[in-house]
Amino acid sequence: MILARVVGTVVATRKDPRLEGKKLLIVKPVSPEGKDEAGYIVAVDTVSAGFRETVICVSGSSARMADGCKDTPVDTAIVGIVDNARLD
Amino acid sequence: MYLGRVVGCLWATVKNPSMEGQRLLVVQPLTPELKPTGKKLICTDWAGAGAGELIYWVRGREASHALLPAEVPTDTTIIAIVDELSVDRNAAARRKTAAAAPPGKPLPAEPAGAGTGVAGEPIYPGNHGE
Amino acid sequence: MLISRVIGEAVATHKHPAHEGRKILLVQPLNLDLTDRGDAVVALDGVGAGVGDLVLLNTEGFSAMTAVGRPPFSPIDMAVVGFIDHIDLSGLQ
Repeated sequence: MILARVVGTVVATRKDPRLEGKKLLIVKPVSPEGKDEAGYIVAVDTVSAGFRETVICVSGSSARMADGCKDTPVDTAIVGIVDNARLD
Repeated sequence: MYLGRVVGCLWATVKNPSMEGQRLLVVQPLTPELKPTGKKLICTDWAGAGAGELIYWVRGREASHALLPAEVPTDTTIIAIVDELSVDRNAAARRKTAAAAPPGKPLPAEPAGAGTGVAGEPIYPGNHGE
Repeated sequence: MLISRVIGEAVATHKHPAHEGRKILLVQPLNLDLTDRGDAVVALDGVGAGVGDLVLLNTEGFSAMTAVGRPPFSPIDMAVVGFIDHIDLSGLQ
């Protein structure tokens, strides 16, 4: 999994019906030290994350194992909000 | 699977219910010569790894298989703690040279393998220059 | 699958049961010119490969776990599945 920061949302009225009611957030990968990394991902939010929160993202078919994402066409899901990271 | 070292841990109170009870560790991927390579990532942990330990982790759907029967939505799971590595990037080249050398003549000096010291000598994890 | 070279072995006493009984190999994927392609990975051995061997590395989970005789839903994503005898690139011109 990677860490990412919530930077926006996506509205998509015409989409796969299995995505109805799912919140789509734009997240920017960050390092565990908090530094921005390149790129962005659109992820399905399963934890009601807010703007600028640091979240944990899971990708691939494992994303469809998250509660609320079973049998939906999801390749990246937000599965946690980070309180704190400790690096040795 | 990929080599790495545990370099930290995460706390996350608000989580997807299927992530409850999972330890989340920060892992730095390493080359076999134990040099950092690529970005740090977050792993769930099957092995009970501690800070600083050399581990290997599995990626993708198979990462969730390690934690069955719980259905955990993870794409990176630590599944082993590495005791010892032995690395020899030049074994194939040496075999060719040995096959080509006329009988009775000494083999040419081995080229230094990157970061291995003597070719094939074990590199012990956690060697902090003692 | 990738053309790769076995460059080492790992010993891990504490590991997932699905990894018991198989050599844990350090494998370096290669480009077609046999230079290193990316970083080396850890793969279970399905064919008795040793350090220095040129091998086929499979990076898909189901293929890898069945190649080392483990049941589906094992946490294995890479395995060495064959020895490479010969590579012919005459179609590359």
